[in-house]
Amino acid sequence: MTTAQVAALIAGAIALAVILDLVRRRQLREKYAALWLTLGAGIATLAVFPGLLDRVAERLGVADPPNLLFFLGILVLLVVVVQLSFELSRLEDRIRTLAERLAILQADVDGAEVSPPDERR
Amino acid sequence: MAAPFLAVVPAWNEAGTVGETVREIHAGLPEATILVVDDGSTDATAEEARSAGATVVSLPFNLGVGGAMRTGFRYAVQHGFDTVVQIDADGQHDPAEVPGLLAELTGADLVIGARFAGRGDYEAEFLRRLAMRVLARAVSTLTRTRLTDTTSGFRASGPRAVALFAEDYPAEYLGDTVESTIIAAKAGLTITQRPVRMRTRRGGTPSQSPLRLVVFLARAMLVVFLAGFRARPKGPR
Repeated sequence: MTTAQVAALIAGAIALAVILDLVRRRQLREKYAALWLTLGAGIATLAVFPGLLDRVAERLGVADPPNLLFFLGILVLLVVVVQLSFELSRLEDRIRTLAERLAILQADVDGAEVSPPDERR
Repeated sequence: MAAPFLAVVPAWNEAGTVGETVREIHAGLPEATILVVDDGSTDATAEEARSAGATVVSLPFNLGVGGAMRTGFRYAVQHGFDTVVQIDADGQHDPAEVPGLLAELTGADLVIGARFAGRGDYEAEFLRRLAMRVLARAVSTLTRTRLTDTTSGFRASGPRAVALFAEDYPAEYLGDTVESTIIAAKAGLTITQRPVRMRTRRGGTPSQSPLRLVVFLARAMLVVFLAGFRARPKGPR
């Protein structure tokens, strides 16, 4: 194993460990964890079997194997960012709806004539 | 006495003018129930509005005019109002024009009080007028209705519009004016405009450099473009 391979393997292992720990501490939901775990596993696999990248690149007709890696990396990041924008839009929409409902409820509660507890007996 | 309606006043840090606006609406339109939607103000907007006699709904943080207005429409639906008139807190909208807007509701679902439509002496620089005319032309085409002032917030909504806007009223840039008009048209509502006199606002001066106008127009056209093929939102609101 070359030094670069060892470095990539360690990076992949650290990524996996961090993701698993975040999931364990319930700081990351499974739907996001799945993506990052797959990615971490992919990095580790490529570190152990660097020849894999060359073979896949050859199959797909990519002249320079690292370019395939960069292309896939950018693609994955793009998908993740779009996914996060989508989730963010949905969250903003939900928060907005909650804020509106809360404000009206608060006004209704404040405006309602509440009889003191001792009068209710 | 005229039919009751809900006057919704969206207010964000308008403590200096909201009290006077509420008193003016109350004096001129006694049949109106006045709802001030305090849009996350950090000043005394809510207190001023309340002491002037308005019902106040306070949003926990700033949502923009669209958020404030959807709150108003939702309040209207929940409290049995089928007519809503939006009146800005800065004093730009003259309550004396409201009966005219309401009168148009007999033949339309949404009435837009339009500046530059032959009445009033509302002053705006040439470039600003040009930008707004281009925008108006685009919205008119999309809504198949002749509209000359699509950024006016002075508008009256009838029962169908109130029900629609309580569900779907965008909080995004120009969503409360341009996009909501397009949403109404797409939902099959009838839109009309009525020329109104508007006053210069009591607080704040609109500064518009040519560059800002270009940016405004570009953003507005994007809003029009996106609104053209946006689907109705799904799920409970």
